[in-house]
Amino acid sequence: MFLRLWAFMGSLSSLPGADTCDIVALAGVTKRFPGIVANDSIDLSIRPGEVHVLLGENGAGKSTLIGMLSGLLQPDEGRILVDGKVTQITSPRHALALGIGTVFQHMMLVPALSVAENLLLGGPWWQRPRIEALEARVAKITRSLGITVKLHARVSELSLGEQQQVEILRAMVRNSRLLILDESTSMLTPKGIDELGTLMRRLVKQGLAIVFITHKLKEAAAFGDRISVLKLGRKVGEIPPERFRALGEQEIISQIVDLMFGKQKDDPEAVERPIRKVSVEAAPLLQVTDLAAAPTDNAPGLSSISFDIRPGEILGIAGIDGNGQKQLAEALAGQRVTTGGSVRLEGTAIEMLSVGERRQRGLRYLTDDRLGEGTVGTFPVSINFFLKQVGAPPFWRNGFEQRAEIDKRAAQLVREYDVRTPSLKTPVARLSGGNIQKVLLARELAEGAKVVIFNKPTYGLDLANTLASRQRICATAARGLAVLLISTDLEELLSMCDRIAVIASGALVGTVENVDDARTRVGRLMIGLAA
Amino acid sequence: MTGLFSEVFLGALMFGAVTAAIPLLLAGLGEQMSEKAGVLNIGIEGMMLAGAYLGFVGAFYSGSLWLGFLTGAAGGVAVALIMALLCVRIGLNQIVIGIALTLGLEGLTALLHHFQFSRSYPRLPAANATVIPLLSDIPVIGPAFFKHHLIVYLALALVFGMRYLYRHTQLGLNLQAAGDKPAALDVAGIDVIKTRTIAVLTTGALAGLGGAYLANVGAGLFIPFISNGAGFLGIVLAMLARGRPVWVLFGALLFGVCLSLTTAMQVAGINIPTDVIQMLPFLAVMIMLVLFGRRASLPAALGIPYERGTR
Repeated sequence: MFLRLWAFMGSLSSLPGADTCDIVALAGVTKRFPGIVANDSIDLSIRPGEVHVLLGENGAGKSTLIGMLSGLLQPDEGRILVDGKVTQITSPRHALALGIGTVFQHMMLVPALSVAENLLLGGPWWQRPRIEALEARVAKITRSLGITVKLHARVSELSLGEQQQVEILRAMVRNSRLLILDESTSMLTPKGIDELGTLMRRLVKQGLAIVFITHKLKEAAAFGDRISVLKLGRKVGEIPPERFRALGEQEIISQIVDLMFGKQKDDPEAVERPIRKVSVEAAPLLQVTDLAAAPTDNAPGLSSISFDIRPGEILGIAGIDGNGQKQLAEALAGQRVTTGGSVRLEGTAIEMLSVGERRQRGLRYLTDDRLGEGTVGTFPVSINFFLKQVGAPPFWRNGFEQRAEIDKRAAQLVREYDVRTPSLKTPVARLSGGNIQKVLLARELAEGAKVVIFNKPTYGLDLANTLASRQRICATAARGLAVLLISTDLEELLSMCDRIAVIASGALVGTVENVDDARTRVGRLMIGLAA
Repeated sequence: MTGLFSEVFLGALMFGAVTAAIPLLLAGLGEQMSEKAGVLNIGIEGMMLAGAYLGFVGAFYSGSLWLGFLTGAAGGVAVALIMALLCVRIGLNQIVIGIALTLGLEGLTALLHHFQFSRSYPRLPAANATVIPLLSDIPVIGPAFFKHHLIVYLALALVFGMRYLYRHTQLGLNLQAAGDKPAALDVAGIDVIKTRTIAVLTTGALAGLGGAYLANVGAGLFIPFISNGAGFLGIVLAMLARGRPVWVLFGALLFGVCLSLTTAMQVAGINIPTDVIQMLPFLAVMIMLVLFGRRASLPAALGIPYERGTR
């Protein structure tokens, strides 16, 4: 509260008349989307000659913030000040006219056109494109930045790093004073990242302001002058340049880790972890050794995945979303082809078995895609309980559905798992997310389960259902089953798991016992530092 | 009895091919512009019908073919305006709206024609040909290619106008970006909706002109369903031409030959059922699709309505 008040006063002083050096400032900017607050009264000041790093996990609200600065989105509350004047950035064209150039996370170049044509895009339509003038201008800019750009190459022939340089060049050709780089390093090679860092330093030396968005802490510490940390739509802290220079890299990193992963005092979900006894001598129920899978176009591959889970134990998998969590779950369930390694259930190798065979032996998988993969939305609740047993007795006999058997068992499960449904015949898609999850829980935890994989079990659920699901997961472990809990919610993992492994780029980078300092150690692993 | 390669037959075939190619050319060039900008314009058949009807009405009451062309183009633009509003601005499904427009215009023009002209069946006088001196004196080729109405030469000139537009102008760049990566155009500060609207309206004008040509020059009268798939052939041409106006011209001439075979054969006294001949252009479409269709690379965002902030 104090911080917000302070920043508000700061923005007052930057109104016309007061001297200021902010190019762009945000004052109490809030943006809501249906169901979530993407940005919650954010204050930010962006100054020339400074790399301002916005650091935060996925879903922290970074992209929304950029959308508002580049004219793609309009804030619901609060003000944006450009050169100290309250300004509504109404469109991307307006943002460009104000000198705000953005390099988006996803390339914004037309692949079929040449570099020169892409740079010319946006000129007055009645004019002939002025190639000669452009060439001279580009030559001047590239010389001062020490980069080379092939003007007449087709964009689709360039590497991602080269395309990014073209985008930065485009911002410069348009006289941008503020350059926004949205997750610009996510697709670059380590060498490309270093080059981008050098380029950024040169640009700020020329008096440009840069906003650099990343979720990688090392880059933030290496390239930034000022760091703002976002978490769940709120700005939870800022390290100004004075402090930045005064602190050593290690101190900065530990401060940021505290900000990003520190416990919020008003977190309603925070519950004490019940102490369970996991017998150390018991043979592991699930043993995974060196599991590997090939990468695909839109998902990382898996490599060197090894872990054991003993009866009654919950092993958490933490990591930033999209680092191979879903691939891991699918590989274990048999839905994804693996290229190496072994999976043993009660000591028997199962990696060659089909999805159905693995399920029969007691390996259960609760998908995070509840409606797409987990259920058939138009089918009634009752049938969805037995989707994975279609054709099997007693619910089907000789190819015929045994309606009475199905309804009897379904009614029992509805009671047992507290599924709130108008009737057994209701199409499952009409239920709320929490109740669909209960249907899945009922189905997967039914007789014969030995190892259960939960993928983001509370994602998108309201608080009551979240707590109910967590309770169900803990009860599962208490029954002596082995549980693999994949989640991007660190709080959830810390409140439930016995051990937490961290996945990054499809590999397990470390496993941490869930004791006192687990939060910090897991947090450090998640952002690419040794625990 | 004259043979297949007689002067009469060849002359009639080539003259007819050019006449039949012009509406296809105009439709193809129009469709090409919409597709370049990312709008799959299935309503083009309806735009041609609107152009044919209004073009005929305009020419009939004013007595001027040129005024007829103008009202025809305006008719096409009017239909295109609906398309632009529903598919570009509101972002409804382009295929559904396109089919609805085509079917709707088929019915509407037939109905209007029924009330207005079904008793009288008026005809326009034959169009004045602009005879190009010297060239038109060449035997066979001369009368076939150089004795047409002025609008034919203008349509041919349009091919090269379009080529220049796409290759050398800012608008050409913008159109291509709107179809390939509209978000990139948007962040470059150009209104994607406006760019696509311009493209769709231009398509309407060209298709309307093509329809007016069909009625006023080709037939000299309006009959229901006069376009007879010319708009759909235009869509095929645009897809096969892969963004190159000159290819649309070649394709249109090829289809034109197929279409004019019927008349030419009748002139030459060869007896083949007309239904067989009328199948030829569509057979040609299938052959061309098999030969070139696989390589047809369409704009990446073709058919996808643009909405800011979605990817």
